Amino acid sequence: MKNWFASGKPWIWMTAGSVSISLIAVLGLVMMIAWKGLSFFWPAQLHEMQVANTDGEVSTLIGEIYDSENIPLSRLSEAGITLEGYHEDRVTRLLMKIGNREYVPLDFTWIIKPLIKSDKTPDGLAKVERSKDGNFYGYVEDVLENGQSVVNDGNLRAVLAKRIARVQALNEQAHELQTDEIGSINYELNELRLTQRRLEMNNELTDAALAELEHKREQLHQRYQELEDKLFELRDRAKRDAVVIRDFRNKEVTLPMYEVIAITFPNDMNVLEKAGHFLAQIWGFVSEPPREANTEGGVFPAIFGTVFMVLLMSIIVTPFGVVAAIYLHEYAGKNAITKMIRIAVINLAGVPSIVYGVFGLGFFVYMVGGSIDQVFYPEALPSPTFGTPGVLWSAITLAILTLPVVIVSTEEGLSRIPSSVREGSLALGATKAETIWRIIVPMASPAIMTGLILAVARAAGEVAPLMLVGVVKSAPTLPVDGNFPYLHLDRKFMHLGFHIYDVGFQSPNVEAARPLVYATSFLLVTVIVGLNLTAIGVRNHLREKFRTLDQ
Amino acid sequence: MISVNPTNSSAEPLDLENLTQEQTTLEIKNLDLFYGEAQALHDISMKIPKNRVTAFIGPSGCGKSTLLRCINRMNDLVEICRIDGEILLHDKNIYERDVDVAALRRRIGMVFQRPNPFPKSIYENVVYGLRLQGVKDRRVLDEAVERSLKGAALWDEVKDRLNENAFSLSGGQQQRLVIARSIAIEPEVLLLDEPTSALDPISTLTIEELITELKEKYTVVIVTHNMQQAARVSDQTAFMYMGKLIEYADTNALFTTPAQKQTEDYITGRYG
Repeated sequence: MKNWFASGKPWIWMTAGSVSISLIAVLGLVMMIAWKGLSFFWPAQLHEMQVANTDGEVSTLIGEIYDSENIPLSRLSEAGITLEGYHEDRVTRLLMKIGNREYVPLDFTWIIKPLIKSDKTPDGLAKVERSKDGNFYGYVEDVLENGQSVVNDGNLRAVLAKRIARVQALNEQAHELQTDEIGSINYELNELRLTQRRLEMNNELTDAALAELEHKREQLHQRYQELEDKLFELRDRAKRDAVVIRDFRNKEVTLPMYEVIAITFPNDMNVLEKAGHFLAQIWGFVSEPPREANTEGGVFPAIFGTVFMVLLMSIIVTPFGVVAAIYLHEYAGKNAITKMIRIAVINLAGVPSIVYGVFGLGFFVYMVGGSIDQVFYPEALPSPTFGTPGVLWSAITLAILTLPVVIVSTEEGLSRIPSSVREGSLALGATKAETIWRIIVPMASPAIMTGLILAVARAAGEVAPLMLVGVVKSAPTLPVDGNFPYLHLDRKFMHLGFHIYDVGFQSPNVEAARPLVYATSFLLVTVIVGLNLTAIGVRNHLREKFRTLDQ
Repeated sequence: MISVNPTNSSAEPLDLENLTQEQTTLEIKNLDLFYGEAQALHDISMKIPKNRVTAFIGPSGCGKSTLLRCINRMNDLVEICRIDGEILLHDKNIYERDVDVAALRRRIGMVFQRPNPFPKSIYENVVYGLRLQGVKDRRVLDEAVERSLKGAALWDEVKDRLNENAFSLSGGQQQRLVIARSIAIEPEVLLLDEPTSALDPISTLTIEELITELKEKYTVVIVTHNMQQAARVSDQTAFMYMGKLIEYADTNALFTTPAQKQTEDYITGRYG
C-alpha cells in the first residue's frame, strides 16, 4: 500500500478522475438541455382521454402530454382528493396541454393516472396553432368560404392545405406592408416632427419651411392612407375563410382562418414526416419573432440582439484593451504604481456584474446619454434618445466588464514575444512605436484573440447588468433595419439570457414556458459556442501565421 | 597557437594607433559603462578602420557583446545602463542628445546571436527596413530584395519561394536572411554578435565566407568566442578581459606574437 502511494499512481487516478468528472458534468449539462429543449419540437402524439373527476363524472380531454410526475398519495389527500380502491403509496400524474383557451379555465391540466378511463391516440386529431389564444385541439370537420362549405367528399385535407397556404401568403404580405413600408412612413413622419421641432427651437421656422414640411407630411399621410387601404384589403381577404373544428366537448367551433398559423395531424405522421416537422419547428424557433408574451413562436430577435450586442462589445473592448495593455507593458515604468494599476485591473474582473450594470445606468445612460440628448437631440426631449437604456450602453457596459480579461491576456502575449525579435526590428532603424505596431502587436494577436474569446464567453452569458442598461422583454424593432442610418444603437434589444429569465419566471403560463426555457438555454449555449469557435478559428489561423522559433 | 587563415592575409596590416580620418569609421573614446553600480566596461579606447573586419574576442562576460551593443546604442534598451565617454561615427558622437537613434541604427546594422527573422515572408523580412523608410515602389523593393539576398549568398536558395514564411528556412539560411535584411538598408557598419554560435559547422563556414565578402562594402565588427573564427575572418582583433581592452592589434600579429601575457594565456587556452 505504501509503495502504491509512493509510486504516484493515486495521484494519476485523482487527476484523471477530476478531469472525468468535469467532462461528465459538462456533457451531462449540454445533453440534458439539448434533450429537454429539442424534444419540445418533436411532434407529440395527441391523446383523447376519458377522465373521471373525483365525483365520478367522466369527461373527455384532448391534448398533448407534456410531463409526468410520480408523487406520494399523501399529497393528493392533502389537496382533498381521495382515490377509492387505490392502495399504493405513490401515484403518477400527467401534465396535459389541452389548449382551447376560450373554453377551459387553464390550458394545462394535471390528470391523475388511475382516474383515466380510456386513452387513445386516434388518427385525424388536429393541432391548430394560432396567432392568438394558443393551440386548439380537435377534429377538422369543414372548411368555410364566406360561411359556405367548400369541401366535397374526401378532399378536406387538400382544401385545408390550400386555404392555409393562401391565408399565410396574405398574412405575410400584410405583415411586410405593416413593418416595412408603413414602419418607414411612421419613422419618416417622426423625423419630420423632430425637424420641425428643431427649426422651432432655433427660431428658423419660416413660413416657407413650414409649408414645405406640411407638404411633405401631406404626401406621407397620403401614402400612408394608400398603404393602409391596401393593408385592410389584405386583411379582409384573409378573413374570407374559416375552419370548423369539433372540440373535446364534441361541439363544432368555427375558427377564422387568418388566426391559424398551421394545422398538423401528428397522429397521422410517420417518423419521416415527424422528422421533417421537427426540423421545420426548429427553424421556426430560430427564425421567427415570439408571440403570446414570449410563450409561443420563435426567438429570432433575441438571437439577433445577443450576437449584435456581443459583436458591438468586441469592437469596443478590443482596441481599448490592447492599447491599455501596450501602455502597461511597453511604456509604463516598472514601478509600484504600475504594479498597483495592474492589480487593480485584475481585481476589476472580480466585481459582481450587477455593479457594472448600476454603474452603466448611472454613468453611461443618465450622465453620458443625458448629455448627448441635451446637445444633439434637444428636439426630441423630453423623450430621451440616448438617455435611456439601449444596445450601445449595454455593449459599452459589458466592454468595461470584460476589459480586464483582454488586458491581462494581451499583456501575457506581449511578454511572451522573444526580445530578439524586438531588437531585430530596432536594429533596422525602427522606432519603438513602429516595432510595436508592425511586429509586436501582430505577433501578440493570438493572445489578443484568446482574451477576446474569454470576453465573448463572459459577455454573451451576462444578464444581470443588461437588465439595467438596455435589454427588454420584447423589442418592437431590431437595432438594424432599412431606415437611415440603418444602425440604431439607441434602441433597446432582446437577449437570449434575459429571454430565458423572462420566459421562465415572468411568464403568465409557467407550464407552457418550461420547454422553451430549455430550448432557449440550448440555443444560448449554441450561440456562445458558435461565437467562440469562430474566434478560435481566427486565433489558430493567426497562430499559424505568426509562428516563431520557440513556439 | 592558432593558425591564421592565409587567404585573409590580403589585408595589409594597419597602424591602428594612428589611423587617418579617411581610414576610420568608428572611434571609441574613453568609454565607461555601468549597469547600476557595477562597471562593465573600463575606459575603452580604440579606432575601427573602414572596410575591414574587426573581431572582439575574450572569455564569457568580458564585455565584448556589451561594447558591440554600445556602437548602435542597443544598450539604451537597458534601463539601468549608464554610459560615459564617446563613440564617434565619422567624428560625430553618437551619444549626443540630438542624435536620432533610429537613423543611427539605419547606418549601423546589427545581426544577433540567434537568427531572429520576423514572422513574415522572406520578401517582407528583407524589405522591412525599406518599408520603415516609406519605400513603396514595388520595383525598388524587388531590386533591393534581389541585391540583398545575393549579397547574403542566399538568393539562389530562396529566389523561388520569396513569399514563404521565413521560419521555413534552416537556421543557417535564417541567419543569412537576417544579414540580407540588415544590408538591404545599406548601412555603413555591420555589427555581428556571435552570428554563428547557434549554427552548424557548414552554415558557419558559409557565413564566414560571406563576412569576408561583406567587408568590401561595409565596415564589419564581429564578436565571437571562437578564436579560430576570429583568426579566419578578421583583419584586426581586440582581446577583452574583465571589461577592459587588453590588446588590440592586427589579427596576424595578435595570434602569432601577442604583446600581453593575458592575451597569450587566453589564445593558448590557459584560461577562458
